[in-house]
Amino acid sequence: MTAVSGWGRFPVVDSEVVRPRSFGAVAEAVVAGSVARGNGRAYGDAAIGAVRTIGMTGFDRIRSFDPATGRIRVEAGVLLSDLIDTFGPRGFLPFVVPGTRFVSVGGAIAADVHGKNHHGEGGFGRYVDSILLRTGAGETIEISREQHSDAFFATVGGMGLTGVILEATMRLRPVVSGWIRERVIAASDLDAAMRALEASNSSTYSVAWIDCVARGRDLGRSLIYLGEHARTDELPEAADRFPVGGNPGLAVPVDLPSMTLNRFGVRAFNEIYYRMGARRAGSEHVVSLYPYFFPLDSIAGWNRIYGRRGFVQHQCVIPEAAARAVLGDILDRISKRGDASFLAVLKKLGHGDGLLSFPLPGYTLALDFPVKGDILNFLDEIDRLVVAAGGRLYLAKDARQSRATFEAGYPALSRFKAIRKSLDPAGNIRSKLSQRLFDEV
Amino acid sequence: MTSRKSVLVLGGSSDIGRATARAFAKAGYDVALAGRDAAALSPDAADLHARYAIEASTQVFDVLDIASFESFVAGLPALPDVVISIVGLLGVQQDAESDLVHATTIMRSNYEGPSLILGLFAQKFLGRGHGTVVGVSSVAGDRGRASNYVYGSAKAGFSAFLSGLRARASRGGVHVVTVKPGFVRTKMTEGMKLIGPLTVEAPVVGDAILGAVENKTDVIYVSGIWRLVMLIIKTLPEAVFKKLKF
Repeated sequence: MTAVSGWGRFPVVDSEVVRPRSFGAVAEAVVAGSVARGNGRAYGDAAIGAVRTIGMTGFDRIRSFDPATGRIRVEAGVLLSDLIDTFGPRGFLPFVVPGTRFVSVGGAIAADVHGKNHHGEGGFGRYVDSILLRTGAGETIEISREQHSDAFFATVGGMGLTGVILEATMRLRPVVSGWIRERVIAASDLDAAMRALEASNSSTYSVAWIDCVARGRDLGRSLIYLGEHARTDELPEAADRFPVGGNPGLAVPVDLPSMTLNRFGVRAFNEIYYRMGARRAGSEHVVSLYPYFFPLDSIAGWNRIYGRRGFVQHQCVIPEAAARAVLGDILDRISKRGDASFLAVLKKLGHGDGLLSFPLPGYTLALDFPVKGDILNFLDEIDRLVVAAGGRLYLAKDARQSRATFEAGYPALSRFKAIRKSLDPAGNIRSKLSQRLFDEV
Repeated sequence: MTSRKSVLVLGGSSDIGRATARAFAKAGYDVALAGRDAAALSPDAADLHARYAIEASTQVFDVLDIASFESFVAGLPALPDVVISIVGLLGVQQDAESDLVHATTIMRSNYEGPSLILGLFAQKFLGRGHGTVVGVSSVAGDRGRASNYVYGSAKAGFSAFLSGLRARASRGGVHVVTVKPGFVRTKMTEGMKLIGPLTVEAPVVGDAILGAVENKTDVIYVSGIWRLVMLIIKTLPEAVFKKLKF
C-alpha cells in the first residue's frame, strides 16, 4: 500500500500502485477495485484505485502517424507535452489542450478535458476517433462512434470507470507555427468580462483571469486573453517556426507554509497583475504557445505552494441563462470571505460530448482554495447555488462534492451506470471517486 | 539506404536503450534496435519512425551467444556509424555468492559479451576508417562493493576493455565512449532504494550518450556528482572501505 493523492494533494489515501509493462500485464493487474492512472494531474481522487491503482505512463509509444492527415495512434500513457514537443515542429498540435500539458492521452479522454477553444471547437474527445479499451469484464475492445458507440460515449469523460484505456486514435491540428497571436482585454467588472467573452465567440481561444479579491464596484474584474494561431509572417523577428518548450525553469522544492498565500499577498499580487495586464490591453502581440496555454507549467510542483495540507479546486459550470446572477453571487461570497484564490479562471463552454463530460453551454469558474478551516462547508454552500442553477462540478478537479450535488448535475448518470454495468458486471473498475459518488455502498 | 547517419542499439528493449534510441532518432539518425526478442522491439521501432520520420528496424541479438557474433555483424544490412551496447544484467548478488551459474551469467552478460561484440565492431570500423563505439558500463565498476561485486567486477572488466580499446582505436579514427550512468530510474532498479539527488531518468542518459558521441567525449558520468562520489569511494583506504556497509 502506498499513500496516493491527486494534484491537489488532498485527499491522501492508501492504494496499491502497480506499473504493468505490457497490455497482458495490464489485464492481469485488473482486480476488484482497480482504476488506471495517467500522469496524476486529476486534482482529487479520480485516479486512485479503490484497492489498486494501475500506473499507465510506461505506455508512451506512438503506434503510427500519418503526416498527410494528422491522424495518430498512441498508447494511453503518451503525454500531451510529448505530442506537442514531437509533432509541433512537424506542423501538428493537439486540437484541445487543458491548462497543463503534462497530462496523458488516456487521462485527457477519461476527463474529456477542455481548453480555451471549447466554446467553438469542443473538448478533447471530439478529436478522438477510436479507443482500445480493456473492460472490467476482461474484454479488449476497439470502441468508436460507429462501433460500441455506447461504450465510446461512456468512456469519453467517464473518468476511467468503463475500463483501462490502452490506446487511442485521434486527429491532430495542422498548424503553420507554434506561436499564438494574443489580444488582452481589460474588463473592469463581471458584466464587462462576460460581455467580452460573449463578444469574442468567434475567437479560436478565449479565457478570462478573474481577480477574486476585488470587491464592490470592481467585483469580477478580469483580464481576457484571446488567441489565434499565428501565421508565419506574424512571428517575431528571427523566431523559429516552433518555439522551444523546455522543462520547468522554476520549481517549488518543498511544501510552503500554508500562510504564504495570505489575503494581503494575493491582493497585492492581483493588483499588480491586473494593472500590468490592463496596460497591455488592446494591442495584439505574438507569444509562444507554451506560456499562452500553460502558464503554470513553468513552475514545477506549483501544487506545493498551498502547503502540506493540500488544496481543492472548485470548478463549476453554470448554464448561460443563470450565469450572470449565480457567478456574481459566488464571487461576492468569496470576496467577502477573503479566502485567497491564487488562480481563478472564467471561461465560456459549449456542449460536452460524453455522457459524463463536464462542459455544458454556459460559463465555468475555477477557483483554488487551501484546505483549512471551514472551507469544505463553504464549498458545500457554493454547490447549492450551482445545483439550483442547473450547473455541475468538474470530476477531474473534484475531491469533495456530495452525491446529491453530483447526481443533480449529471442527468445522464443512470445511462452511464447501465453501460458501465454491461462492460463490467462484477464492478471491478472502481476508484476512490466512484466509491464516493457512484457505487452502491 | 538513406544519407542519414545510423546507430545500432544493442539491448534496445531496456529503458536506457529506448531512451537512447529516441535521442538519436530525434537527432536524425536511422536506428536499428537489437535484442533477443525482435518482435518485442517492433513497437519501439514503429514509435521512432512515427515520431521522427527516420528509418527504424529490429535485429535479433543475444549477448550470451558469442558464436553468433560474426554472423550477426556480417548479416547487418550495413555497418552502422555508431554502435551502442546497453546490454547488462544486474542479477542478485546474494544468489551469485553461492550459485556459480548465476554468477557466470552476470559476468558474461556484463563483461564477456559486451566487450567481444564491441571489439568486433571496432575492428570493422577501423577497417572502414571511422565509427563510434559506446559501452554503457557502471559506476559499480569503479570499485568492488560488498553489495554488488559480482556485477561490479564484470563492469570493471568492461570499463578496462573499453579504455584499452579506445587507446588503440583512436589512432585509426574510431572513437570509444564509456558511459557510467549512476542511479537511473528504470525497470532494472524498480523497487530499489535510490538516492534522489544521485538519480536520473532514462531520457537524461539517452541525451548524455548522444552528446558524448557528437562531442567525442571519452568517459561520461551522466550525473556529474557521480564523478566526485566515485572519486571519494575510490580513494578510501581498503582498511576503511571494507568496514563500510554498502
